[in-house]
Amino acid sequence: MIFANNILTIITFLPLLGALFVMIVPGNDKLAYANIKRIALVTTLVTFALTLVMWSMFDPQNTSFQFVQNHEWIGNVIGYRMGVDGISVLFVVLTGLLMPMAILAGWDSVTKRVREYMIAFLVLETLMLGVFTTLDLAMFYVFFEGGLIPMFLIIGIWGGKNRVQASYKFFFYTFVGSVLMLLAIMAMYWYAGTLDITKLLKVQFPPEMQIWLWIAFFASFAVKMPMWPFHRWLPEAHVQAPTAGSVILAAILLKMGGYGFLRFSLPMFPDASLYFADFVFFLSVAAIIITSLIALVQTDIKKLIAYSSVAHMGFVTMGIFTANVYGIEGAIFQMISHGFISGALFISVGVIYDRMHTREILAYGGLVEKMPKYAFAFMIFTMANVGLPGTSGFVGEFLVLIAIFQVNVWFAAVATLGVILSAAYALWLYRRVIFGALTKESLKSILDMNPREMAVIVPLLILTILFGFYPAPILDTIAPSVEALVNQISQSVGMGAEPILPH
Amino acid sequence: MNSDIISFSSLAPIFPELILTIGAFAILMAGVFMKKQVSASLVGVTIGLLVAVAALILVFPSDGVILNGGFIQDSFARYMKVLVLAGSAFALVLSLSSANENALDKFEYPVLILFATIGMMIMISANDLMSLYIGLEMQALSLYIIAAMKRESSKASEAGLKYFVLGALSPGMLLYGASLVYGFTGQTQLDEIAKIIALGDRSIGLVFGLVFLLAGLSFKISAVPFHMWTPDVYEGAPTPVTAFFASAPKIAALALLIRVVTQGFEPISSDWQQVIIFLSIASMVLAAFAGIGQKNLKRLIAYSSIGHIGFALVGLSAGSLVGVQGVAIYMAIYLTMTLGLFAAILSLKYDNIYVEDVSDLAGLAQTRPFVAAMIAVFMFSLIGLPPLAGFFAKWHVFLAAIEAQLFVLAVIGVLASAIGAFYYLRVIKTMYFDEPVHQFAPIPGELRFIMGIAGFLIITYYLTVGAPLANIARSAVSSLF
Repeated sequence: MIFANNILTIITFLPLLGALFVMIVPGNDKLAYANIKRIALVTTLVTFALTLVMWSMFDPQNTSFQFVQNHEWIGNVIGYRMGVDGISVLFVVLTGLLMPMAILAGWDSVTKRVREYMIAFLVLETLMLGVFTTLDLAMFYVFFEGGLIPMFLIIGIWGGKNRVQASYKFFFYTFVGSVLMLLAIMAMYWYAGTLDITKLLKVQFPPEMQIWLWIAFFASFAVKMPMWPFHRWLPEAHVQAPTAGSVILAAILLKMGGYGFLRFSLPMFPDASLYFADFVFFLSVAAIIITSLIALVQTDIKKLIAYSSVAHMGFVTMGIFTANVYGIEGAIFQMISHGFISGALFISVGVIYDRMHTREILAYGGLVEKMPKYAFAFMIFTMANVGLPGTSGFVGEFLVLIAIFQVNVWFAAVATLGVILSAAYALWLYRRVIFGALTKESLKSILDMNPREMAVIVPLLILTILFGFYPAPILDTIAPSVEALVNQISQSVGMGAEPILPH
Repeated sequence: MNSDIISFSSLAPIFPELILTIGAFAILMAGVFMKKQVSASLVGVTIGLLVAVAALILVFPSDGVILNGGFIQDSFARYMKVLVLAGSAFALVLSLSSANENALDKFEYPVLILFATIGMMIMISANDLMSLYIGLEMQALSLYIIAAMKRESSKASEAGLKYFVLGALSPGMLLYGASLVYGFTGQTQLDEIAKIIALGDRSIGLVFGLVFLLAGLSFKISAVPFHMWTPDVYEGAPTPVTAFFASAPKIAALALLIRVVTQGFEPISSDWQQVIIFLSIASMVLAAFAGIGQKNLKRLIAYSSIGHIGFALVGLSAGSLVGVQGVAIYMAIYLTMTLGLFAAILSLKYDNIYVEDVSDLAGLAQTRPFVAAMIAVFMFSLIGLPPLAGFFAKWHVFLAAIEAQLFVLAVIGVLASAIGAFYYLRVIKTMYFDEPVHQFAPIPGELRFIMGIAGFLIITYYLTVGAPLANIARSAVSSLF
């Protein structure tokens, strides 16, 4: 029982413990660096194993929060509260899954300041896990915003040529977006008298207030997501960040925005969510079409994938604000699957970048001749990114499209067109990089993936196919909680003093 | 008026000040009559004295109003006094390693710090417009001399002179305001003033006096638009002296301001709140923009301190218990960050030159990883990023502002903190993203210790001091409401 009660605390703070160990490893030579890397890898693997244990102990039929801890702490305002439900549990597992991958992705390519690098990633893992496990609104903000510090350093220290500009842009976009949310959190505290999320979920905020709170939360989550037109920081951050940084950014940090919408905007401000739903649909569809078009003209592989992330996040926001079961299940599934597909795509780019030190599409071509294994893996991930049936990318998008058809046919039609565009840019990228004749001198001696890279890619490959054919493990876990959420929303809409009508 | 001093023991509330005064004179005598080499040990004795007095306040608290209502010792005063004593003591420790270079190895230095500290403690305990003035002047006159202590340096002399000329202006305004307040209420004691105001109508002359009083005090906390002296004095004064200026006097002046407005002018709170809100917004916004262009590290910290006073005033603007509690917490955290930051800066010496410019820190993360990490922690904390202490400081004051429905102030405040992040980040960028230029001398042990302690407290704030500090601050400020 003690283990079950504290498992979330253990999972969340275990990486921090690993960071402490990394800090005290003596020496600055090769041996010390090897030890540091091993400590980091073992820590993240154990954390991942624990998240799996937690998932196995999780009871999907129980729609309330599980593994709950609840203590008042600072000034009886901020508490220490932990717990997961069907909506958050898989994000915890996703974070656990991708961290060892990220550590392995930088295994050989990071040679300078390895100690700081690993500390930054381990601290980041604790902060990311905290976002999904905390049940205190102020602590959510602490974890959500605290992630800026390690990520700023990761982009700025180990990034590419324009890393300083990229790290500043990343920092300011997210920081400015979030500070308004902080004020909204305080306003919620004074209205509800608590920051306990389980209690806040039952509070009916007046519709007028909901509008303001919704806008403040939207400012933060829309930037984090990122939604068009708040996405400008993302391509740059992705291009400049080291491979592992891009993986974490795309796979987990972006999901915090979607998680925030699901956890706060939708259930706590249902009237405002209904009121703004068309606005969100419009931005989502715009994201799907516009950023797909932008992706078509990119010459940098990472930038192209970054823009495709924005487009895919458009499906997520659209699904969330349909506020029906298909939409939300689809959105969560899409976030999980995009987590490992985009992570895998960035790792794949990292594989060839480590060899050639360029991300220009034109510098490649005909890789299939020298790297057959790589070509196969990259093909699967490309297809999954397009949303081909049989890959996990299909399930989420399909569910979201069903949901949006029920709400608004026009948005659905335009969004479906977006899928074609994503096929266009993804397949074109694949053709230019992998197919064609191998004419470039520099590519003649390129080697296929080594065992370390295989160890990262193959599990993700299996998951992509597995969840494409058999999405049940994910859907079964989230379905009861999503249904409860949808019921709660439909009951609480218009429960405030004066209902506002959607237009 | 009869004196209320009946026996020696009735003086208990003022014992800390008395002990410090006697100690200061003893150290002065020792300095005058003993040989020159003893100045370092006199600093040690002074630190011991400050710590002992802080312990006395903590262990044997004795509250009361004495000296015909001019002096008050309550939980709020004790809290603020401990902060001030800690600030002075640590500022002295910071000066040890560089005393020679900064001409602070004279015995007058610890004595003047002691006199300034006594002045600050009287400010904190001032319950009367006259004792308020005495404390303020005692503190200010000591500080003018300390600023110019490095006599052969024209920069330090300039700083001292500037400080004196601009600082002399503020008591003028303060006295003018005080005379108006006395004229319209017939009282000088704060609680009596409040009683008279509550009885009668709010006359325009009284508000006029209040505004002048606030203007005079704003000089001391260097709130915009009365901040002009701060960057110049911070830059010109020797760095250990700047560390002292940035910590204890700010706390004392803010404590004084809090007591004056919440005790003396509580019935017309909407009037002074407007002024405080203006000072707060002006300080936060100006500091956020003005800091961006600064190349000198100490000027940058000067603007940072102006901005942080603005944030602290957000809590006072609310005028509520939660707000003042927020200010009390804010000052404790601000003190820790400031002292830690100055310890880090003072520990960086290359070719016998102490770092002055931001660019001197280039590549520090590679040459001095520990110091760089600590500076980065302080900078991130000054920005107000969670999970560091600086975030919780802002949390408490903005929480009060939202409760008081000061939404415009709060929104401007958080946006200013986002803009201000730019210059703090530049320091981090210089240390972490740039290549090293200087080789630094070894770090003195005591500075490493202070840095480490401050950094530890700031990083683990949520786990360690956060909850107890919130409770202590709450019970401390409850004596004001």
